[in-house]
Amino acid sequence: MALLDVKDLAVSFVTRNGTNKAVDGVSFGVELGKITAIIGESGSGKSVACYSLLGLIPRPPGRIDGGTAHFEGRDLLQLKESELRKIRGRDIAMIFQDPMTCLNPYMTIGKQLMEPLIYHHKVSKQEARARAIELLTEVGMRDPESTVDNFPHQFSGGMRQRVMIAMALINEPKLLIADEPTTALDVTIQAQILKLIAELQQKRDIGVIFISHDLAVVADIADHIVVMKQGKIVETGNREGIFKNAQHPYTKKLLAAIPTDSKAVRPGTAEPLIQIRDLCTWFSQGKGVEPVKAVNKVSFDINRGEVLGLVGESGSGKSTIGRSILRLVPVTSGSVTFDGVDVTALEGSDLKNMRRRMQMIFQDPFASLNPRMTVFDTLAEPLLLHGIESRKTVAQGVLKLMDDVGLARAFVRKYPHEFSGGQRQRIAIGRALATRPEFIVADEPVSALDVTIQAQILDLMQQLGREYGLTMLFVSHDLAVVRHLADRILVLYKGEVVEQGTGDDLFERPQQAYTRKLLTSIPGRSLLA
Amino acid sequence: MTAEVIQDITEAEQGTSLWKDAWIRLRRNKLAVFGLVTLVLFIVIALLTPWIAPYSYQAQDLELGASPPSAAHWLGTDIFGRDLMTQIMYGGRISLAVGFVATAVALLIGVTWGAVAGYVGGRTDAVMMRMVDILYALPFMIFIVLLTVVFGRNMLLLFLAIGAVEWLTMARIMRGQVQSLRQQEFVEAAISLGLSPTTLIRRHLVPNALGPIIVYTTLTIPNVMLLEAFLSFLGLGIQPPQTSWGLLISYGAETMEEYPWLLIFPGIALTLTLFSLNFLGDGLRDALDVRGAKD
Repeated sequence: MALLDVKDLAVSFVTRNGTNKAVDGVSFGVELGKITAIIGESGSGKSVACYSLLGLIPRPPGRIDGGTAHFEGRDLLQLKESELRKIRGRDIAMIFQDPMTCLNPYMTIGKQLMEPLIYHHKVSKQEARARAIELLTEVGMRDPESTVDNFPHQFSGGMRQRVMIAMALINEPKLLIADEPTTALDVTIQAQILKLIAELQQKRDIGVIFISHDLAVVADIADHIVVMKQGKIVETGNREGIFKNAQHPYTKKLLAAIPTDSKAVRPGTAEPLIQIRDLCTWFSQGKGVEPVKAVNKVSFDINRGEVLGLVGESGSGKSTIGRSILRLVPVTSGSVTFDGVDVTALEGSDLKNMRRRMQMIFQDPFASLNPRMTVFDTLAEPLLLHGIESRKTVAQGVLKLMDDVGLARAFVRKYPHEFSGGQRQRIAIGRALATRPEFIVADEPVSALDVTIQAQILDLMQQLGREYGLTMLFVSHDLAVVRHLADRILVLYKGEVVEQGTGDDLFERPQQAYTRKLLTSIPGRSLLA
Repeated sequence: MTAEVIQDITEAEQGTSLWKDAWIRLRRNKLAVFGLVTLVLFIVIALLTPWIAPYSYQAQDLELGASPPSAAHWLGTDIFGRDLMTQIMYGGRISLAVGFVATAVALLIGVTWGAVAGYVGGRTDAVMMRMVDILYALPFMIFIVLLTVVFGRNMLLLFLAIGAVEWLTMARIMRGQVQSLRQQEFVEAAISLGLSPTTLIRRHLVPNALGPIIVYTTLTIPNVMLLEAFLSFLGLGIQPPQTSWGLLISYGAETMEEYPWLLIFPGIALTLTLFSLNFLGDGLRDALDVRGAKD
């Protein structure tokens, strides 16, 4: 018998612009000891479906229109708030995407773990503490005896997520709802957390709902997969069925969006456009404190016309290298030579001219566009600044850019907030191309986007790269994406280059232990390869 | 279709579209339009006062004394028999001038100072903000008295003195806004386009910091008007027979039991102005927030 059985769930949000059916007739089940994954893009209703079961959507504007959700014989949708409160946290627990915002920064994690035990189970402080330490050991916390008294900010993202999992488990729930628990984490950490969730679920024999936008993430752990699109379920099936024998075109599209191939090796011109020698970018921490060596003695070349991939975890210095080349952060020592000119020494109008020749595409398209400038203003600014178009011709230039990046001309007077993430990234790409640069740094340009949109933006970047004859430094934590796009790949670890080579070299014949670790962390390799 | 869009763009070229869009949105906000119309009306009256005032502001009628509203004196007269409406009109000239000019001074200095300090950061920021702190610590009264002693008493000085005090908070607000905006990627993007710092501050930072600045401005104008009344009351500002709303109110308050109209009518004038300012300020803030306009 199923632990949770949801039938025909329908949830809508009533706004002044009309009623929006967020979840429309959704049915799924979770069994004890099994993981059910709900996959969908943002806005597909995957989170709303789970939150509404626990009464966690704001009502109004939210409204449950119908359906049943039987959990241990009781219909969750019919329960009073006071009864639901007893179930939440005790029988059904949740873990969220961002562990930092879910933990109280002014309380030690030990206190936060002990609190529910002391209040709900009336155990003594010593017992609660012992239990907390036991749980921390179970979720793989190193040295729990002492870390139990630490504050949340003293942990890394992965460790915080472990604390969150421990907190979710403290009341021995039967069902765990995990909402994108690994999205904010590095790929190696993600692999660890996924493994931990799967292990705990096996050991404790509980049911798990795993919500994610990325099919690949759940490839190794899900027993049952539910694919949602626009509030409806488009396909359900077991793991093998979905990955080997997908029926619905949308599922096929999701699978196709996971990059698995390597870029074909092109006969490169070995003429370097950019030469980086002993580049050091250190950030001062104040007097007498060792500076943070974000980039430490890095040397490499970027050849004209090639796409160089830069891979590493957060903190590896990969973004800082891009920003150092563009002079967005001050370089401590070393040289960056662009077409024979040392960029680090430029000032004034020479620097301005150099800026025209190299541009950047940023990670977060929600932060990288000025919210008070229309598409027209955003794209016209670089065109006018560098005299590429005159006041008279600028309108034509803007429209040409919009055509190039695939934005409808009718959007020209709209503001950034009126666009989706993918469209915003197109605007940002248009802005970067406006100055007719020779070189572009793309800093995680797709990691904030849904999987299918990722594929579109990557295609667009490849196509524009060819049309504009661009040289590109592609920075990402996602090896699969980089392999798909880059001619050569550099692996970075703690501010230093540990390995470089073509995509095939690295994937088939990794030389360094760290590269191998990165490779084994890519989710779903076994099923997708 | 295409022709229409291109037409649109050439229009957009002429002004920055943010302000144009804001104006369109502002016009849809009834309260803000009311505020704007009232303020414009008051300003026009103030400008035309010497020609349209029913009496001279010096004309007294001691025999008449304080009289309630009548056909000859619509809003009544004060204890010297001076026409109250005339006095409110002349007082409005002073009050509005002090309010707007002193606030404009504060706005100009404060926004520039705060934006530069926040944008440049580091040691420059520290020095600039310490100067603000020092000025904050200076007692306002002593500052004004000193100025009056050194330069004698005049209107311009009053404007400057009040403006010089009010810009401090403005600078702090602006600096805080700019500091948080500076971390955003769109500012980095603007730097990498090669924009000069002044253009960057003007085009990317100031428009995004306007919300709190506008709200604070609408709070500053009434503040400045009351400050002027306070100074005048102490004999450091405007002196009779010149007058201002603040002065009229403070005299009216002394005699409000016998002659309530001396308090009520100047009070209405000031209150109407303050309401209008607040409506307009709120409207402007909403109009400039492009995200608020979801339609």
